[in-house]
Amino acid sequence: MSRDRTPLVLAAACGCLLAATPVAPQWLVFLLTLALTKGLVVLGLLLLMRAGLVSFGQGLYFGLGAYAAALLGARGGVLDGLVMIVAAIVAAAAIAAAIGLLLARYREIFFAMLSLAFSMILYGLLVKSSTLGSTDGFNLHARSFAGFALADGVGGRVFYVAAVIAVLAAGLAVHRYLGSHYGRLATAIRDNELRVEYLGASVFRVVYANYVAAGALGGLGGALAALAVGHVDPETTYWTTSGEFVFIAVLGGTGNVAAPFLAAGVFEAVRTLANQYAPNVWQMTLGIVMLLLILFLPAGLWSLVTRRRAGV
Amino acid sequence: MNPILVASGVYRSFGAVVAAADLNVSVAPESVVGLIGANGAGKTTFINMVTGYLKPSSGSIRCDGAELTALKPRRVTQLGVSRSFQIPQLFNTLSVRENLLVAVGIVAAAAHAWAHSELRPAHVGPATDEMLERFGLAAYRDRPAGLLPEGVRKLLDVAMALVVRPRVLLLDEPTSGVSADEKFTIMDLVMGAARGVTVLFVEHDMDIVGRYARRVLAFADGRIIADGEPAAVLADAEVRRYVIGEAHA
Repeated sequence: MSRDRTPLVLAAACGCLLAATPVAPQWLVFLLTLALTKGLVVLGLLLLMRAGLVSFGQGLYFGLGAYAAALLGARGGVLDGLVMIVAAIVAAAAIAAAIGLLLARYREIFFAMLSLAFSMILYGLLVKSSTLGSTDGFNLHARSFAGFALADGVGGRVFYVAAVIAVLAAGLAVHRYLGSHYGRLATAIRDNELRVEYLGASVFRVVYANYVAAGALGGLGGALAALAVGHVDPETTYWTTSGEFVFIAVLGGTGNVAAPFLAAGVFEAVRTLANQYAPNVWQMTLGIVMLLLILFLPAGLWSLVTRRRAGV
Repeated sequence: MNPILVASGVYRSFGAVVAAADLNVSVAPESVVGLIGANGAGKTTFINMVTGYLKPSSGSIRCDGAELTALKPRRVTQLGVSRSFQIPQLFNTLSVRENLLVAVGIVAAAAHAWAHSELRPAHVGPATDEMLERFGLAAYRDRPAGLLPEGVRKLLDVAMALVVRPRVLLLDEPTSGVSADEKFTIMDLVMGAARGVTVLFVEHDMDIVGRYARRVLAFADGRIIADGEPAAVLADAEVRRYVIGEAHA
């Protein structure tokens, strides 16, 4: 039996990212922070995909997390980054717990379209709401993190460290979950719901739990991204944002909890480079990358790792 | 001895087609009952109604006194009624061991809610390996279920149904699609593993029925046309005409 090296690899990768904090240029810190926050949302998507579900509406929770954090600062007077993040997770999980009661009953295209519909409802509300900045959104500024005051210019690096720690904690937790009975059950549901029910387990409960967890991860990613960018706008909930998360999930594959972060890093790097060197055709560049991936790596980037391990 | 499974006045129709017409069946504990009949006679409909896949239009089905009629498959399973399928229902991307691990894990995770189970989470691994050995599946343990020969798929399907430690086990054509050589081997394994369990099995091979069933129910047009010991039922003129297909029985 092969040893489970994922926790070690995840810890080593996060250790390297943390070690680079003081020396990495500001642009790289920002790019990595965005990649990690998107990876967190996609980690939630991976939970759903393990159960055979694809959500085209994770932008809902990304946006909810971002707006919950920003509103807490702008309207609630709470200026601590960590409190904002915790509030965002709670808000996203609570909304997911409510919406999940309906969505966990649907499958395939119906699940995908309903999830998309809910994210577009929030988008519509945000765009029409002048008190929330309408299409322009509004800014947020954290003055402290976990009670420690943030000096000018260090906020970006603090949020980057917070994102790395969040990735490590969420990655290990999801990895442990996927290796447990309930994680296996999700795969069993993807394969054959009828048999799962005839074994006496509730398919609804497993799908619902995964949906709520995915929502919470979306909220976490959204709050961290909002803190790093310092601004929120309705674009966070728009369908193209949700599509981006699905793109990253397909890019990485569902084989390992590290795959979403690897894919999110590649995605951000390709997008940044394409934006810089071919600003008029950056979407086409991403499309070509996706086409090549589907042709040559249909199981995602992570299949390169598994192939290497298997010696194929 | 009180019957463990009782179906009273069970009726089910699909439009103009009557799949179960006032079925009255009483099954004693630990008995082995063969269900025979031509295609469309109502055998699988009966199994589907007992296990909660279909609701009867009227009538009642009880297991050990508990009403099953309005329950979902999950709850029926928890009450001790389990089934296998004509087309094996497996987790095709998971290995044979993982298939059983999922099944054993479900029972262990819900042991507190299942009156007839004492399996605890710590016993999941050993219990899974024991099932692999008992059903002769150890040689296939790491092979994906989707790539197994049909006979092994059938065995795994039955093994999964038995993992939940049922009191009543319903097998829908456990040897269909299996070579003649393997049929008796599979049935020997299944009946050995199901000792002490009430078994109802649908079967078209009368040699299998004659060897393993202690009682036979013959179905035709949604009705039970004969009920008794295998030799008597298989010699019945109506059974020979409607079930076995002899033209001038």
